[in-house]
Amino acid sequence: MKITEYLKTNILYLDGGMGTLLQERGLLPGELPERWNLSHPEVIRDIHKAYFDAGSNVVNTNTFGASLLKLDTPELEEIIAAAIENARFAKAASTSPKPKWIALDVGPLGRMLKPFGDLDFEEAVKVFSETVRLGAKHGADLVFIETVNDSYEAKAALLAAKESCDLPVFVSCAYGADGKLMTGATPAAMVAMLEGMGADAIGVNCSLGPDALTPVVEEYLKYSSLPVLVKPNAGLPRAVGDKTVFDLDAQHFADSTLALVELGAKVAGGCCGTTPDYIRALVEKTRHATPLKTEKKNITLVSSYTHAVSFDTPVLIGERINPTGKPRFKEALVRGDMDYILKVGIEEEEAGTHILDVNVGLPEINEPELLSRTVTELQAVTNLPLQIDTSDHVAMEAALRRYNGKAMINSVNGKAESMHKVFPLAKKYGGVVVALTLDEDGIPATAEGRVEIAKRILSCAESYGIDKKDLIFDPLALTVSADSKAPTETLRAVEMIKGELGCHTSLGVSNVSFGLPSRDVLNSTFFTMALTCGLSAAIMNPHSAEMMGAYRAYLALSGRDESCAEYIKHLDTLPVLRNSDIKPQKNTLDAVEPDSLKKAIIKGMGTLAARLALELLTSKEPLSVVNEDIIPALDTVGVGFEEKRIYLPQLLMSAEAAGAAFDAVKSKMKLTEGAKKCTLVIATVKGDIHDIGKNIVKLLLENYGFDVIDLGRDVPPERIVEETVKRRAPIVGLSALMTTTVPAMEQTVKALRAAAPHCKIMVGGAVLNKEYADMIGADAYAKDAMEAVRVAEEIYSSL
Amino acid sequence: MRSIIHTRVYPEPKFRPKEALRYAGVFGESEEMLSLLEETSGELLPRLDYKVCYCELDAAFCDGAYDLGFALVSSHALARCLSGCERIILFAATIGLELDRAARRYSSTSGSRALMAQGIGAERIESLCDAFCLDIAREYEAQGFECTPRFSPGYGDLPLDLQRDIFAHLKPEGRIGITLNESLLMTPTKSVTAIVGLRRKVE
Repeated sequence: MKITEYLKTNILYLDGGMGTLLQERGLLPGELPERWNLSHPEVIRDIHKAYFDAGSNVVNTNTFGASLLKLDTPELEEIIAAAIENARFAKAASTSPKPKWIALDVGPLGRMLKPFGDLDFEEAVKVFSETVRLGAKHGADLVFIETVNDSYEAKAALLAAKESCDLPVFVSCAYGADGKLMTGATPAAMVAMLEGMGADAIGVNCSLGPDALTPVVEEYLKYSSLPVLVKPNAGLPRAVGDKTVFDLDAQHFADSTLALVELGAKVAGGCCGTTPDYIRALVEKTRHATPLKTEKKNITLVSSYTHAVSFDTPVLIGERINPTGKPRFKEALVRGDMDYILKVGIEEEEAGTHILDVNVGLPEINEPELLSRTVTELQAVTNLPLQIDTSDHVAMEAALRRYNGKAMINSVNGKAESMHKVFPLAKKYGGVVVALTLDEDGIPATAEGRVEIAKRILSCAESYGIDKKDLIFDPLALTVSADSKAPTETLRAVEMIKGELGCHTSLGVSNVSFGLPSRDVLNSTFFTMALTCGLSAAIMNPHSAEMMGAYRAYLALSGRDESCAEYIKHLDTLPVLRNSDIKPQKNTLDAVEPDSLKKAIIKGMGTLAARLALELLTSKEPLSVVNEDIIPALDTVGVGFEEKRIYLPQLLMSAEAAGAAFDAVKSKMKLTEGAKKCTLVIATVKGDIHDIGKNIVKLLLENYGFDVIDLGRDVPPERIVEETVKRRAPIVGLSALMTTTVPAMEQTVKALRAAAPHCKIMVGGAVLNKEYADMIGADAYAKDAMEAVRVAEEIYSSL
Repeated sequence: MRSIIHTRVYPEPKFRPKEALRYAGVFGESEEMLSLLEETSGELLPRLDYKVCYCELDAAFCDGAYDLGFALVSSHALARCLSGCERIILFAATIGLELDRAARRYSSTSGSRALMAQGIGAERIESLCDAFCLDIAREYEAQGFECTPRFSPGYGDLPLDLQRDIFAHLKPEGRIGITLNESLLMTPTKSVTAIVGLRRKVE
């Protein structure tokens, strides 16, 4: 019988702890337990058999830490083969009448994935894939990914399992006392992602005892349409003399775990501190418990690496990460100016959006590469779920693959080709798909026509195994100026899709006002009307006070905002403030208003500097503002810094204020631009993830007119060479903070000398000095950011 | 065999603004810097958590190297520090990944805040290590031991490579969420591993 079939009508029993039992039998600290499969097979077989005899249906092989990160390929295969053979031996030897299966146990890799660690996502997938491939080859019945404490690693492991075998996959996560994974994911976020990717059972193990895990298990049961598994510890550990003792004995453990089974958990076993006695007690205790049917939940969820967003309360999707009609954004995309793009996203988050739409499509760029990079970088600075917005299906897959969580996918439509491209991706990576109600014949004029298309999309999705909860229909807002009946049809479609199909809807609201003046008034009124018809989400501009006002007012007036608390809390973002006497509180730094741009920069007041720059520009040439006000102010601060009268953070605040003034100047000198000095490629070298120093240098160099191409941190020599050659950059700046990464810097210098002999190389970072710099063959060394500017200017003037 | 590895979660140690400013490169009084620090720490402190895992090991000096129970170490600087110690505490401490996340975000929006975040992180992890070492000193004083100052891989001639042995022994990945990367850096970045010597007090 297949295990997934058995699970439908039975409680499935897992095994208990392995590590603690091995220690009792002499495993030493630091010793790899997996090697015992070969050196002490009789011990491993005994333990497995004891679990089968106690009533376990499934035992996990002794392969928790077996991966290519710790073992080479031949040893890995030898260990996995032996581990499965040991379990098979125990299965044959056990007298228990229960059906039995062998699970390939897969634990975490022990390395953090990028961006915060150094292990690349695809590398992690590769490592997991090899373990799974070998497990399947040697006859495991299922894959059991367990004790995962990071959502990204869970994704890598599950993806690897799905790509490398056809076995059922169970995924179990380890939660802290705060009810979250070590890297922050809530149970709902994990349910959304793991279910979306096609796991067969999901749940929790380790960390805590059954009682403490109850709230987490309840969350799993609330959201999951899959069987939920529990494998708790025997309570909490404490030291008694030289031994670790857990505070629950077998009977108490069984009582508490029974409570979880009664709540609805279908798969149960134990983790640290549990033994065959605990499993025996659990099996006995739950003998008469009726396994509850696993209910399908109709809750639409998207998630990030920290939390899930549901659509039961209307959701705002920020539309600003999109080059359409935004020259500054286009320029940033072409230049690869990731900071600009990230800032746009952060500002949308601060304005109150729940999800960020991400569109980086331009004809002249490599969209798969850029979209996937943007998604990764955004996920390093914001924990909002993202909506992957592209018509390039290669880019869509690249981004979905890298995305940490369950993304929104924008979009599919009723055309057969679109559905056959998008649905397989949604099925493989998970995701909530925005479905536009148009097809080969265009957009139907009536609501009925659009609902017909929606039905067709639903049935096609179903044929791919995609549930209707994972579709959000966009019945398309059309321009009222072209057809005065258009908005009415759209609103009717919103109502019908919700009422007849029971599905959520989303609209790109601002299309409605195209071609008319005072668009915000039309947009926000239409938005309110759509919300009243049951709209679940809107793609919108969160910086529009009218739109935010409509949203907050709707929540307050529809009984979704207790005591109007949210409405009041966000007063400063609502339109009322514009014409009222209430003035926002001034920032303390702005309390004393300096009268000149120079002073504002020296004081580090960004908003003020931008305003004063704009004022100056009415009477002065842009270049004069730069040369007579901004640069002298920066010089003053720079000298102060070198004389230790001004501190580094102040230097940075001034640099930021100067940046704001520059932006104001730039807005006035678009055509006459070209005042940039020269291109300068900057990077923290391979192996080093410190970038604060490099970022400071970058900021100052930009202030002083260099066209800085920032390649980020942990950058391999080849990439630095490639960009330097491609952009014919005359100057390259390299940073390293660790002694261990200076060799990488030296390699980079050598590679640059060979491939780009035209460029001058300047280096810096905590471990470097002049002698070191000379030794590795750099042209110049700068001890701090101000000196870096000076050095770069010297090089520039000698070009 | 004293191989049990313990985990402790600490309440927020008292914040020392001046220390944080010093780590951020501010050495004197400055109203503006204080208000920047206040804003940044106001955002950051609630997001941090303070975790330590540790174990006690026997230590013996023989043939020019220290057998620390988890590794054999030749280091003059460590030998000097541990002189006369018969046991050690090996620990790993972290304030969590949220600081790295916040610093990364600030580096896209405000370099000065990113720097403040680094200063605050440095102060926080030091304060956590201080709190832990103080507890250890108190607990072992009762048993007749005094503690040496903490000593970390990379100090003096104690090689950074020792990190691999420390991680193999303490396994802080699953316990408190610290991982070691290939260039021997830790994630979260504001993490510390260290050795504290326990020396029997002479009456």
